Amino acid sequence: MEREMTGAEMVIQAMADQGVKHLFGYPGGAVLPIYDAIFSQNQVQHILVRHEQGAVHAAEGYARSTGKVGCVLVTSGPGATNAVTGLTDALMDSIPIVCITGQVPTHLIGNDAFQECDTVGITRPCTKHNYLVKRIEDLPRVLHEAFHIASSGRPGPVVVDVPKDIQFAKGIYSVPTEFPHTGYKPRVEGDVEQIKRAVELMASAKRPLFYTGGGVINSGKEASKLLTELVRQTGFPITSTLMGLGAFPAADPQWLGMLGMHGTLEANMAMHDCDVMICIGARFDDRITGRIDAFSPGSKKIHVDIDPSSINKNVRVDVPIVGDCANVLMEMLKLWRAHAKQPDKKAMAGWWKQVEAWRGRKSLSYRPSKDIIKPQYAIQRLFELTKDRDTYITTEVGQHQMWAAQFYGFQEPNRWMTSGGLGTMGYGLPASVGVQLAHPDALVIDIAGEASVQMTMQEISTAVQYRLPVKIFILNNQYMGMVRQWQELLHGGRYSHSYSESLPDFVKLAEAYQAVGIRCSKPGDLDAAIQEMIDIDQPVLFDCVVDQKENCFPMIPSGRAHNEMILGDAAESLDSAITEEGKMLV
Amino acid sequence: MNANANLTPSTSHYPTAPTAQRQESHTLSVLVDNEPGVLARVIGLFSGRGYNIESLTVSETEHQKHLSLITIVTTGTPMVIEQIKSQLDRLVPIHRVVDMTLTGTSIERELAMVKVRGKGEQRVEALRLADAFRARVIDATTESFIFEITGKSDKVEQFIELMLPLGLVEVARTGIAAIRRGPEGL
Repeated sequence: MEREMTGAEMVIQAMADQGVKHLFGYPGGAVLPIYDAIFSQNQVQHILVRHEQGAVHAAEGYARSTGKVGCVLVTSGPGATNAVTGLTDALMDSIPIVCITGQVPTHLIGNDAFQECDTVGITRPCTKHNYLVKRIEDLPRVLHEAFHIASSGRPGPVVVDVPKDIQFAKGIYSVPTEFPHTGYKPRVEGDVEQIKRAVELMASAKRPLFYTGGGVINSGKEASKLLTELVRQTGFPITSTLMGLGAFPAADPQWLGMLGMHGTLEANMAMHDCDVMICIGARFDDRITGRIDAFSPGSKKIHVDIDPSSINKNVRVDVPIVGDCANVLMEMLKLWRAHAKQPDKKAMAGWWKQVEAWRGRKSLSYRPSKDIIKPQYAIQRLFELTKDRDTYITTEVGQHQMWAAQFYGFQEPNRWMTSGGLGTMGYGLPASVGVQLAHPDALVIDIAGEASVQMTMQEISTAVQYRLPVKIFILNNQYMGMVRQWQELLHGGRYSHSYSESLPDFVKLAEAYQAVGIRCSKPGDLDAAIQEMIDIDQPVLFDCVVDQKENCFPMIPSGRAHNEMILGDAAESLDSAITEEGKMLV
Repeated sequence: MNANANLTPSTSHYPTAPTAQRQESHTLSVLVDNEPGVLARVIGLFSGRGYNIESLTVSETEHQKHLSLITIVTTGTPMVIEQIKSQLDRLVPIHRVVDMTLTGTSIERELAMVKVRGKGEQRVEALRLADAFRARVIDATTESFIFEITGKSDKVEQFIELMLPLGLVEVARTGIAAIRRGPEGL
């Protein structure tokens, strides 16, 4: 259906046609016509954030928890530059975002006009694709293509820069049937021959391991179901990256926990010693591999990824499969069931015995305390008290994030929103706003640190304005904990600028924002305090005062291999579990 | 450097750099939508990810379809070359990336304009050499020539080297254009 409308109206119409219900944004001079268009409609609800970075993170939380595209609207110049952190975050974690930026009128572009910046130039390296629309005739096609590109293939953020005169200009709007970029065709079907080879390899494995990532989550709920089924059918152990938590239920005995720098001993040792590695939707990030020349030296590697550039980027693999996880998993499952040869039962039993021995080391152990809240204990209690509810967890970045990943057992995909690739402190609070908006009746908790949360603290105001009862659970150790930990372990205990000086009183701060503040500093009071937090139907800032000196273990120091982990002193000693020589478990 | 890195424990966030591998030079033909910013995307990818560009040629080749051909000569380890190709392929306005070095049957040419200034015997020698290299004179004054030479890069290189003692003033080169032999298109 063709209709004449202004460019500004097209922006909103295209969103409505794409099924967008919520738009996160902040007005400014160069987007006023679009705000005018928002004013006179009610298909798309605009959520006013307090900072553009918050808008993108909120949209990310929205997108990650629903699988839909998150939408952002910001003005030119500072609006666009403020959004850059969020866009980069979305690019690194493959989150579908469409971000509309205002721009100065076309005749002023390049003139150093007020609030002008080279938005497409600045956002080129931090988006999957971006556009500057200079003709009203191009706008409808560009807007719809932006959604297509953001959500297809490996998802990512797309920026559409719309000059103010184009917003005012009138043109014919219709939903396009084809897109300008005919060369963009992501491959989603995996090569059947390669999948056959992969299944052969899996069937002949003696020490196999699944290593999965965020790609499984991005592929949709079906992919997680298929993965779970395949893992159970094969009987292989499974580990996952930070981004992939929830794709396989954490309560399952085949689950080894997260791998990588702060992963469990059993996951990392299994990675090191396996003979067939089945990597699905993960990208061999440096936080996963550790020292690359000592990474899983004896294994044949299968790698399923929708992005061909992820394959053979860091680690050479033996069976590369380019395709969407759900498609490939379905094919794998079909071939596995039909496959005559099944893995050697005796070898598998031996492998599991080894894995159980590693698990027996209890690498996540910590020394409990009666006087002071251990951060791990806080997460454990939070998990116990919320696991039977409809709960979504977001995090900031640092120790609390790793403890959340280690101790919060995710049973389903899309329940865990964290900044993995970019590691953006300040991600969790605005993300929780986006998640709560998408799931109004759910319990949404941002597991935070007192340093991270202050980076985007102002978004609590957004939560209050839209009555979004997010719970900000701050593990307050008065340090930038992960920085402090590195300084302790690697920089001779010189705690340079990692102490959180002049902290606000979070309870009073919550009250100032018309939210609710709760403080808890005694392990004995924790359960009641968490319960109180859950029961309050308002945004809550929970100041959980925890042990200042607790470190996050296990840890693979940089430049070390998987079998060179540092364990906390509470873990079971080496000789009580395994006695393999040459493993320097310091 | 790597030996040192092994002696002292690393305090970096990242694993130590991999040891040096064999470097290769590859010529890539990249078919792109001719739209604003497409070259910036390609160059930005190279600079952002630390790849090398040794030669770069861009021109619209199919006006009706708004297609341009970018020819890039780059160097790197086989793994890096592989990465460059798949990273390029990921860019939305890019249609195809063909590794002309791997197809093995491609022809590569570049054009150079070489300005030489001299008198007497030097001048005659320059002209004689130009003739041997099938370079054409496209501009002349009583004390200078501009030669136009086309060919493989090493031939152009060699000609420029010969002109150096004969009064070479400046050189303008187009960079490499490449095409596959035989009836097949890109």
